[in-house]
Amino acid sequence: MMISQWNFHRSLGVVWAASLCLGITVVSGSSANDHETFILTPQSAQKAPNSDGFIQLWHLLEPISASGETQNAVQATVKTEHFPGQFTVVPKDGDKVTVNGTELTWHDVDTNKYNINLYYFAQAHRKSPSGALFWAVTVINCPEEMAGVRLAVGSNSASVWWVNDKEVIGIYGNRQTVVDDGISKRLTLKKGRNVIRGAIVNGSGAADFCARILDREGKPLKNFTIHLN
Amino acid sequence: MKVIRILTNAPAGIAQSCFFTITFLSLLTPALALEGQVGIHDPSTIMKCDGKYYTYGTGGTALVSDDGWVWRAGTRATRTGAAPDVIQIGDRYLQYISHGTFIWSKSLDPESPDYQWHDGKNAFGMEGENDFMNPIDPGLFLDPTTGKLWVVYGSYFGYLRVVELDPDTGERVDDKSYNVAVNCEAATIIHHEGYYYLLATHGSCCAGSNSGYNIRVGRSKNVTGPYIDNMDIDMMLGGGKLVCGSRTRLIGPGHFGLIDEGDGVQKFSLHWEADLDRSGSFGILDILPLLWKDGWPVAGQHFKAGVYEIESVRTGSALEIAVEGVPVGGGRGGARGLGGRRGGGGGATTVVPDQDVAEVSVNWPKGDIDIRMAIYMCQAQQKWSVTPAEGAGGYLGGPYFKITIAGTDRALAAIEGGELVSVPEFTGAPEQLWRIDQLTDGTWRIMPKSIPNTDEKMALSAIGHSFATLEKYDPDSEKQRWIFNLP
Repeated sequence: MMISQWNFHRSLGVVWAASLCLGITVVSGSSANDHETFILTPQSAQKAPNSDGFIQLWHLLEPISASGETQNAVQATVKTEHFPGQFTVVPKDGDKVTVNGTELTWHDVDTNKYNINLYYFAQAHRKSPSGALFWAVTVINCPEEMAGVRLAVGSNSASVWWVNDKEVIGIYGNRQTVVDDGISKRLTLKKGRNVIRGAIVNGSGAADFCARILDREGKPLKNFTIHLN
Repeated sequence: MKVIRILTNAPAGIAQSCFFTITFLSLLTPALALEGQVGIHDPSTIMKCDGKYYTYGTGGTALVSDDGWVWRAGTRATRTGAAPDVIQIGDRYLQYISHGTFIWSKSLDPESPDYQWHDGKNAFGMEGENDFMNPIDPGLFLDPTTGKLWVVYGSYFGYLRVVELDPDTGERVDDKSYNVAVNCEAATIIHHEGYYYLLATHGSCCAGSNSGYNIRVGRSKNVTGPYIDNMDIDMMLGGGKLVCGSRTRLIGPGHFGLIDEGDGVQKFSLHWEADLDRSGSFGILDILPLLWKDGWPVAGQHFKAGVYEIESVRTGSALEIAVEGVPVGGGRGGARGLGGRRGGGGGATTVVPDQDVAEVSVNWPKGDIDIRMAIYMCQAQQKWSVTPAEGAGGYLGGPYFKITIAGTDRALAAIEGGELVSVPEFTGAPEQLWRIDQLTDGTWRIMPKSIPNTDEKMALSAIGHSFATLEKYDPDSEKQRWIFNLP
């Protein structure tokens, strides 16, 4: 695991508390002009993928305590029912679930990056990003049926992904987020609403993920919209 | 082919008695050598006609194959001689034999209504009483840049000579000729990235395991030479860079004939003067991959059966079945402060044994298991046994292989939709048979014999960092280039 950006920025004297006051917007840097925004509050419930096809609009559940990044451990973690409807729900911002007696909240998040930074997301909600299971859900709306496409993800660390309730990707172990690390088999997106669901298990340090759809030629698919409702 | 010039152009059957007696052996051959009847000396460039492969050799030998792997006796052409060569131009197959004998047919398949050899005019020969050359061993070359047809010929003593032929008639265009090499034989010309390459056989033939035959090359910007080798020596002065010499238990390669399969896959036909696994017999057909290194052609190799890590050129990661890996064991060594010992200090060095697949596979799912890519960790799910599938036939120059997790019968298979899976047991089904071709850069392409419910040809492809699939082969991409590493 690489040294996290958080530790790096902290060493530069990042005013972390100030960022927490901004809700889930995290600002870091040593000067007013030297900051990056990792997690944004969505300004709209609908968005197109970015210029590289990355899906930036997600529902994220505050992290659940979890351990183990190996294939068997992750599969056991994600297949455990932590809350009702964990494989079917498309939540709304502010929805709450109770896991092991702890109330956790779903948050709608946006980003202007290729990835969703779960480390900052957890910190923003005063949760530990380490030893954590993150659930992420989004809905994409396709103008027509799209056959032969693939979901492509990267995650730090392990993750399992579903498209329309079918498990399509599992990547395991202590790994860096790499664009298009895990790729699904060819699949067909329905015309209209398609649900993408991911479960990311982080051991320690940085945690994030990225996701996009690749067309038959392996190029990013962009002719769809992402919806939070 | 070293033949003295008293040979004349003669109909089949007559000339045969003047040549070496070639013993045709139909042997059960060792793995990874062409199967069936492969006895031939001086094979012509292999031609594909109506789905079958054909080659013609000295003395009227003819071989045919349905798949390019298993060969049998073919039908003699109407005229025979020493070391013929064949080229397809349009809808005709042109065959040139010693002393410029030229015949043509619209098919090489004797069962075809188009099969009939027609005599053409002699295309080349000695040019005067004291011509210092032996006009046999033609090699044909259709220049892809100009559409002009050339033949290079000559043998053993004197010059190798190039003359231009008319691709429409097969006849000689004019009386111009160009000497391009000396004291070698069995030549041909190919074109590659702006250069013409003259491939000729040095050394002596026809002495079995004592034959010094070896294939050499020089190159030129002009088809008519001069052909210079990698040490700037003109082939007219004996130059020539080694393309293929004796190797393993095969001695005396000669008679290069290019087979361009397209998509960046090139092979060449040749014969070995002796194959020590086949009685050291005289003249054995073979087909090898052709590689290119630093602008020079180099003979590739037959795929060698064994246990390998299959590494993606694109990602550097290894093909594996999607099961939880088990560390191979051993101490953490060398990491002071982590509870380990520094390597070499203190206790005796021990050898960590290879992972026991029988032990770790106990926890693997019993049914189909997905295929993926991961960094190589010497683990059992990453080691593949690649062996010829017995009785499964093959393709041009290679047998179909079965690819199984080493120590198990769990086999790599193509599935509907152009995806991959490992099945618990190898059954020999066509989707479990794999074609492995060495590409011109020395890496390998891996293709299933068939994919259920499609006729589309696809190759094993690394996509993303951690996944493998089947996709239409793209010669310009690294996705479908693989390295077989010894584990």
